[in-house]
Amino acid sequence: MKDFIIPPADWKDERDMGTPAKQGAPVTLTIDGFEVTVPEGTSVMRAAAEAGIQVPKLCATDSLEAFGSCRLCVVEIEGRRGTPASCTTPVAPGMVVRTQSDNVRKIRRGVMELYISDHPLDCLTCSANGDCELQDMAGAVGLRDVRYTAPEGGMATHFAPRNTSGEANPEWRPKDDSNPYFSYDPAKCIVCNRCVRACEEVQGTFALTIEGRGFDSRVSFGAKTDDALTSDCVSCGACVQACPTATLQEKSVIEMGTPDRAVVTTCAYCGVGCSFKAELQGDQLVRMVPYKHGKANRGHSCVKGRFAYGYASHKDRILNPMIRDNVSDPWREVSWDEALSFAATKMRGIQAEYGQKSIGVITSSRCTNEETYLVQKLARAVFGNNNTDTCARVCHSPTGYGLGQTFGTSAGTQDFDSVEHTDVVIIIGANPTDGHPVFASRLKKRLRAGAKLIVIDPRRIDLVKSAHIKAAHHLPLRPGTNVAVVTALAHVIVTEGLMDEAFIRARCDWDEFQDFAAFVSDPRHAPEATEMLTGVPATELREAAKLFATGGNGAIYYGLGVTEHSQGSTTVMAIANLAMLTGNLGRPGVGVNPLRGQNNVQGACDMGSFPHELPGYRHVKHADVRDLFGRVWGVEIDPEPGLRIPNMLDAAVDGTFKGLYCQGEDILQSDPDTKHVAAGLAAMECVIVHDLFLNETANYAHVFLPGSTFLEKDGTFTNAERRINRVREVMKPRNGCADWQITQMLANAMGANWSYMHPSQIMDEIALTTPSFAGVSYTLLEEKGSVQWPCNADHPDGTPLMHVDGFVRGKGRFIVTEYVATDEKTGPRFPLLLTTGRILSQYNVGAQTRRTENVIWHEADLLEIHPHDAENRGLNEGDWVKLASRSGETTLRAKITDRVSPGVVYTTFHHPDTQANVITTDYSDWATNCPEYKVTAVQVSPSNGPTEWQEDYAAQAAQARRILPAAE
Amino acid sequence: MSPEKLVRMANQIATFFKTQPKEDAPARVAAHINDYWEPRMRAQLRDYVDQGGEGLDRAVMDARAFL
Ligand code: SF4
Ligand code: SF4
Ligand code: SF4
Ligand code: FES
Repeated sequence: MKDFIIPPADWKDERDMGTPAKQGAPVTLTIDGFEVTVPEGTSVMRAAAEAGIQVPKLCATDSLEAFGSCRLCVVEIEGRRGTPASCTTPVAPGMVVRTQSDNVRKIRRGVMELYISDHPLDCLTCSANGDCELQDMAGAVGLRDVRYTAPEGGMATHFAPRNTSGEANPEWRPKDDSNPYFSYDPAKCIVCNRCVRACEEVQGTFALTIEGRGFDSRVSFGAKTDDALTSDCVSCGACVQACPTATLQEKSVIEMGTPDRAVVTTCAYCGVGCSFKAELQGDQLVRMVPYKHGKANRGHSCVKGRFAYGYASHKDRILNPMIRDNVSDPWREVSWDEALSFAATKMRGIQAEYGQKSIGVITSSRCTNEETYLVQKLARAVFGNNNTDTCARVCHSPTGYGLGQTFGTSAGTQDFDSVEHTDVVIIIGANPTDGHPVFASRLKKRLRAGAKLIVIDPRRIDLVKSAHIKAAHHLPLRPGTNVAVVTALAHVIVTEGLMDEAFIRARCDWDEFQDFAAFVSDPRHAPEATEMLTGVPATELREAAKLFATGGNGAIYYGLGVTEHSQGSTTVMAIANLAMLTGNLGRPGVGVNPLRGQNNVQGACDMGSFPHELPGYRHVKHADVRDLFGRVWGVEIDPEPGLRIPNMLDAAVDGTFKGLYCQGEDILQSDPDTKHVAAGLAAMECVIVHDLFLNETANYAHVFLPGSTFLEKDGTFTNAERRINRVREVMKPRNGCADWQITQMLANAMGANWSYMHPSQIMDEIALTTPSFAGVSYTLLEEKGSVQWPCNADHPDGTPLMHVDGFVRGKGRFIVTEYVATDEKTGPRFPLLLTTGRILSQYNVGAQTRRTENVIWHEADLLEIHPHDAENRGLNEGDWVKLASRSGETTLRAKITDRVSPGVVYTTFHHPDTQANVITTDYSDWATNCPEYKVTAVQVSPSNGPTEWQEDYAAQAAQARRILPAAE
Repeated sequence: MSPEKLVRMANQIATFFKTQPKEDAPARVAAHINDYWEPRMRAQLRDYVDQGGEGLDRAVMDARAFL
C-alpha cells in the first residue's frame, strides 16, 4: 500500500523542495523506510522533501536546476558506492535511500566546518539573522566546533579586512552598495553559485559570473571593475531571492530587520500581474518577495514590483480631500463630506444646466475590477448616461475590436505557461524585456531551450540580440506599416501553400477564407512589392513567414506598437488571420497574446468601462442586457453609446461636456496632443481628480479626492492572461478610505443609495450580471489563488486556453486587411518619424516610479536618434534638442544609437517635464479612436533649453499645485 | 469637433469597409458609426452631410440614410 500521495502542483507549500518539480512517469522508491512515488527525473532530494524529509543543502534551491557543488546533501543509496549528492541524483525505481547515517553525518559536519571557517561569525548582528540557510544548516548538521585556523604567515579568510597585525587582507573586498535596493557583501559569500544561476536561469540576464577558481573564486558583476549598478544587472532581485546568506540582501531588511508577517497580493504595475508576498513588521512594509505559487510569475519578479513601492509613503502623497472654485486658486483642504457635497452639487448643477449627457467618468487600468465596475456604474446608474471610458482606450481598444471581429472575444488566447510549449515566437510592436519583464524572462528561457524568435519592430529591441539569445529574423519596419508587413507574411504562407488547410476547413468560415486568400495572393502584397514601403528586406520576410508556418507551435505576442496606429484594429485582425492561417490556436504553445500595458487593462475592459458596452462586452444597444442591469441597479440604462475620451475632450471644447470624474488616470500627461487635452480640461466646470498625487490633470481640477495605494485596499486585478488575482489590504489606507469607498461616497452624495460593505460584494454583483464571471467569488479566489475567466458553470476552474474546441463566435472569421498609409506623413518640414515606448525601470507616466529610487536608472526621457541623422543635424550625445511636430514642440536630450533606423527617432513618456505628448497628434485608429502614438512626423534640431511651452506649462503647474496652509 | 476631424474619422471608417469583399460598405459604415459614435457626434455628421458633406467619402454620404 502506498502511504504517501503526491501533493498537487499548486500545493500551497512554502518549503524549499531543493530542486524543481519534474513531469514524467511515476517512479517509486524508499527513503528512510518510507515509500514515495514521484515523477521520473525528480531528484532524490526532492523526493525526500515530498515525503517530508529535509536533506541538508546549501547550493540547491527549487527555483534552480541542481548544481552539486556543496556536498552537504550527500546520502547513502543501497547498492551504490560512496555517498552521492541527493540534489543531482535522479530517482530510480526501487531505489533505497538513507538520508541519515554516521557516515553522512560526519561528511556533512566536515563540509560545514570548512564553510564556517571562512565565514564571519557575527550572526547576532547580521542582517540575515533568522533568515540564513548557512545558520540553519550549521544547526541541522550539529556543527559544534570549528577546528581550522589561519595557517602561519598568511591570511586564509575572505572576510577579515585586516589580519591581527593590522595588515590589509588582499582577499577582502568592500561591500558593493551601488544598487539602491540591495547590497552585495563579499565577506559573507559561500560561493554556492545560486545567484549566478538565478541570473542565468530565472532572469536570463547573465550579469553575474564566478571569477577565479578554487579559493580565489568570487561572485562578480561582469568585469572586475563593474559594480552592481554599472553592470548589466536589471535589478530583478532573483539573485537576492536565491542567496542563502546575507551576501545579497535587500537594503530594507538591513535597515529594518526581518519581517514578521506576510500577505499575498498582486503587483500593481504591468499586465503580467505577478504575485508577491508583502512582508511586514506591523504596518511597515519591509519587502516585497515574489510569490512562488503565483501562476503568472512562478516566483520571479522585476525591479518595479519587487522594489519600487516607495511611492506609497512618498511625501508628495495627498492625504486630505481638497477643493477650489477656480483652477487659478490655491487648493483648500476640507473634510470628505465637504469635498463630496461640493462635487455632487457641481455635477448635478452642470447636468441641470447642460443636460444629462454633459458629464462623464474616466476609469483607470491601474484600479481594481471592483473600483472600475463602480465607476462605470456611477456613470450609467447615477449620471444616467454612458459617458464612461478608460485609459485602455489609448492602448488596447483595437485589440477588443480586432479580436472581437475575428474570434468573437477580445480575450488573449493563452496563459503565460503556454510559452513553455512554443517553438516559434513572433514579437510584434512589443518590447517585453522592458515592458513585461517577467514574461520576457520566461520567453528567454524558452528561447535558450531552442525556440525560434521573429521580431517585427522598428527598433532593435534587446530581444533581437542579448546574452545567449538571437532572433532568427528581425524585420525592422518603418513605423506605420504593420498591416503591410503582416499581410505580406500571410501572402507568402498562402502563395507557397503553407497554410493549415485542415484547421481552416474545420474551424473557420471557408467562404470568407476564400475571399481572404484571393486578396492576399495578389502580387501587390508580395514582400518584394512592399519592400520599398515597409523597409523590410523581402528575402528576410519570406524566410520569417516560412519559419512561422512550418516551425511547429507558433505564438504571436504583441503590444502597443500594434494597436497605437491609425490602422491598429486592422493590424490586430491581420495578426488573428495569421494565427488562423497557420492553425495556431486552441492548444498550449500557440495563440494570439496581447501584452497589456498596465496591470488591469484586461479587467478595466471586462468591467464595462467602454462607453458602448456593459460589463462582459455587451453592447448597450441590446435591450436584454440593459434590462438585466436595469433590474439589478434599479434604473433605466441609456441605449446610446457614450463619449470616448477624445470625444469627451472635443465635446468639452465645443461646450457640451462640462464635468469629469477621473479616477487614477492622468490624461493630461498620457493622452496625445497635450494642448488639445489641456484646452478640453480648461473648458470644463468641474473636474474631479481621484489620485495619489497632484498629477498633471489635477492642474485643471476643482476637486481632488486622495486615493489609496494597492497596498491599502482589497480587490482584484485581471492580468493579460485573463487571470483574476487578489489584491489584499496589506495596511490601512493612509488617506482614510479605500478607493471603492470614495466612489461610493460620491455616488451617494449624488443621490444613489449604495451600501457595499466590502469589495467582495461588488464582485458578487459582477458575477450575478456577467456570464463569464458567473463562477467568480472571493471564496473561490481564496481557495484557488487565482482563476482565468471565463469561469462559470461550464468552466468551474476557469479557462487557461481559449477557443479549444471552437471559436467563441463559432467559426473563425478571416478579414481582408488592406494597408492604408496613415495621414501622418513625413515631408520637408517634418522629415523624421517619432515612435514612443517605455523602459524597464519606469512605468507609464512615471507618477509612481519617479517617486522611487528607480530614477537612478532613468532620470529623464531621452531622444534616441541614429548617428547618421544626428550628424546631419550637428548633434552630439547628450545635446539638448528641439523635437517639433505639427502639434507642438518640446526639448529633451539626445542619445545617439543605431538601435533606431535612420529616419526614425524614439523616446519614452515617463517624465512630465518632457511632455512627449505635446508632439503627438490627434490622429487615431479608425475603429476605436485609439491614438496614433507610434507615428508622428517630426523634425529635430539643436536647442539650448526648454521651449516656451515647457516654461509656461511649468509655471501654470506650479501655480495650480499651491495648497493653502490648513486653518489653525 | 472640428469638421476636418469629423471628416477624417468618418472617411477612415469608410476606407476600411470599402476594402471588404462584400458590396455593402455604406450599411456597414453606418452600423459602425451607430455602434460607436455618441448621438452628438452622429448629429454633427448628419448635419454635415446634409450641408453638402464636403470632403466626405461617397460611402459615408451613402451611409447617411442608415444613421
Ligand atoms: S538582480 Fe537580477 S539581473 Fe541583477 S544580478 Fe541579480 S539576478 Fe541578475
Ligand atoms: S552571493 Fe549568495 S548566492 Fe551568490 S554565491 Fe555568494 S552566497 Fe551564494
Ligand atoms: S511590473 Fe510586471 S513584471 Fe514587474 S513585478 Fe510587476 S507585474 Fe511583474
Ligand atoms: S545541495 Fe546538493 S551539492 Fe549542494
